[in-house]
Amino acid sequence: MSDTVFVAGVGIISAIGKNVAECLYSLENGQTGIGQMVFLDSVHQSKFPVAEVKLDNNDLAQLSSLNNTKSRTSLLSMIAAKEAINDAGIENIDLLRTGFISANSVGGMDKTEKYFAEYFYDNQKGRLRDVVHHECGSISELVADQLGIRDFVTTISTACSSSANAIFFGARLIKNNILDVVVAGGADALTKFTLNGFNSLMILDEQFCQPFDENRRGLNLGEGAAYIVLVSEKVAASLSKIPSVTISGYCNANDAYHQTASSPDGTGSFLAMSGALKKSRLQPSEIDYINLHGTGTQNNDIAEGKAIKRLFDPHYPKMSSTKAFTGHTLGASGGIEAVFSVLSLQHGIIYPNLRLTTPMKDLPFIPVTDFLKNQTVKHILSNSFGFGGNCTSLIFSKL
Amino acid sequence: MTIYIRATGNISPQKTFGHPPFLTDPKEYFGNRLTCIEPDYREFIDAKQIRRMSRIILMGVCAAKECLQEAGVVIPDAIVTGTAYGCLEDTGLFLSKMVEYNEELLTPTAFIQSTHNTIGAQIGLILQCNNYNNTFVHCGFSFESALLDGMMLLKEKEVTNVLVGAIDEITNISHTILKRMGLYRQGQVSNLDLFKSNPVAARLKGTIAGEGSAFFMLTNKLSPADYAKLDALSTFYKPKGIKEIEHHILFFLAAHSITFKDIDLIITGKNGDIRSDEIFDQLQQRIFSNNVLINYKNLCGEYPTATAFALWMAANIIKSGKIPSELGYKGLNEIKIKRILIYDQYQSIHHTLLMISTC
Repeated sequence: MSDTVFVAGVGIISAIGKNVAECLYSLENGQTGIGQMVFLDSVHQSKFPVAEVKLDNNDLAQLSSLNNTKSRTSLLSMIAAKEAINDAGIENIDLLRTGFISANSVGGMDKTEKYFAEYFYDNQKGRLRDVVHHECGSISELVADQLGIRDFVTTISTACSSSANAIFFGARLIKNNILDVVVAGGADALTKFTLNGFNSLMILDEQFCQPFDENRRGLNLGEGAAYIVLVSEKVAASLSKIPSVTISGYCNANDAYHQTASSPDGTGSFLAMSGALKKSRLQPSEIDYINLHGTGTQNNDIAEGKAIKRLFDPHYPKMSSTKAFTGHTLGASGGIEAVFSVLSLQHGIIYPNLRLTTPMKDLPFIPVTDFLKNQTVKHILSNSFGFGGNCTSLIFSKL
Repeated sequence: MTIYIRATGNISPQKTFGHPPFLTDPKEYFGNRLTCIEPDYREFIDAKQIRRMSRIILMGVCAAKECLQEAGVVIPDAIVTGTAYGCLEDTGLFLSKMVEYNEELLTPTAFIQSTHNTIGAQIGLILQCNNYNNTFVHCGFSFESALLDGMMLLKEKEVTNVLVGAIDEITNISHTILKRMGLYRQGQVSNLDLFKSNPVAARLKGTIAGEGSAFFMLTNKLSPADYAKLDALSTFYKPKGIKEIEHHILFFLAAHSITFKDIDLIITGKNGDIRSDEIFDQLQQRIFSNNVLINYKNLCGEYPTATAFALWMAANIIKSGKIPSELGYKGLNEIKIKRILIYDQYQSIHHTLLMISTC
């Protein structure tokens, strides 16, 4: 039994960079990854801006050492997972009980929708190799096999909180002494399926999104992957680079209000945040930074904001949504924001909530709008809320 | 800590819903697709909601409700579901419309309900349950991961009961595609004849497709109505050959201080496809040689979360103490069954060991 679970490594690929260093550079320089659609082939190309990873599948295949015919989600997943494992620098990882817990929202849908364009007209048509990785879990297995992880592999899909739940589950597998090392996070590539789905819900912003702004209009979809390497106390003590960040709290709660909308008071968000605080035995006043879910939709930001008010008033920590940089990466977002949280603790930095011009009238706090350095950051709350009322909050702490 | 199976709810291709007599009238199917026998949902779900929900959501919600009812639990402390394919009907519908209308004029209902966590979320929504809610979507480990999550939640003492379920559906689209991939038997085949002792040379490639929705109420408090104790679960991924499989099985038993003599029955995941059944045949000759073995995929068909049907069947055998004679295992209905090992595998990739025993 390991009471403390450490974060030994991080890896990321997103619209603002293909690794940790590039993402940090973009965050520091206020460079958003959102722009016109280039790689996704959709009739909505000129209508909706998206946050694409700025590489085509051939380039991603080279970086990932996977085949370029594989789902873009698996290529992104592999690149980020590999960086995280290299960052952790665990010697003799083969001798440890190692797991890969990944998350995604639509599996190999980027390939399935290609297949389906032919299947629709003739059900004996379409290349089977394009549909063979339709299952969410199949994407994780492509990556686990390439990484050589065989002790434990699983996949979680709870919409936009998927990878936060993967990290949560991974930490518990270590605490329960089932595994020693867990690579946990998630990946999602942009697909026509999700773009059209969100469009049908009328929550996509035709301009660059403005999370937590009074005049916010909706979200921009993004893509990417991010993983953290979780290790037990015993493994942490054996590393040459001794980890300083732990996962100290987590909670999964359900809003139980509507399949796609948040309750007006953010019941699920409140329960997730307060549950994570309880688990970490921290007071709200001890949280130094909240990485908001902050999608930029009318509904999410007010519900999340009200839940924060209920829990933190009158002492508000610094907070920001980094989705104005990365777009909403759905199944990857909890992982991406976990990596940002860990980097924030390691470097004493806080990220700006880009493009915030008019703070929300109904909320008594204003997110951070500048990149802040030399901050004392000991505890960070990271929020991930999704369709189906699935709300998960994680707390990362610096020892 | 001991974990108990307090209640079950099962919609399957057999007569399982509503707790009828336990498999006393096995249903025969001809062809390679077994379809769930669906109940009258109006008794369980509001008529307005029935119209909106797809078949897999209805089957999921309804089996969950039956399980809760049997357990006498109104709001479970946690809801954990597993589904390999998720809500295929709605996924196929949204994809079809997207192609047909070239990404224009789409309505959101199918998209909303295509999300993998829809079933778990709908159960939470109907019950107004704000508690832990998670969904695993990992091929042949989807149910096993959900079960492990539920068992860990109980061991962590954060909850006293967990609703764990597995749901997968066959749709016309998925069946067409999986058939093209060569998963299923060609021609007429009776599910009840799936394992009839053909000479080895006549054994066939392909299995029969199945689907199902099975839920379990796990608790850490003993009650007189419990089905069984859920003793242990282990999974292993892509083993390299029979030696490694045997190693995992022996390690699993040793870890729980059990020998093959202590096991009254082994339920195996044979599915009639010569390619994957070979492992079971080898084990039957080797480490399982002194045990009583039965199969279950002739009843529910093959699908990634079929292990949930096996667990339901095992729990009922433990509760009733015997194997229904109608399943055709001569002489076995006299054996008193106190401990069952389930050894299942899906496409030789995902291997599961589950052990349950009398309370």
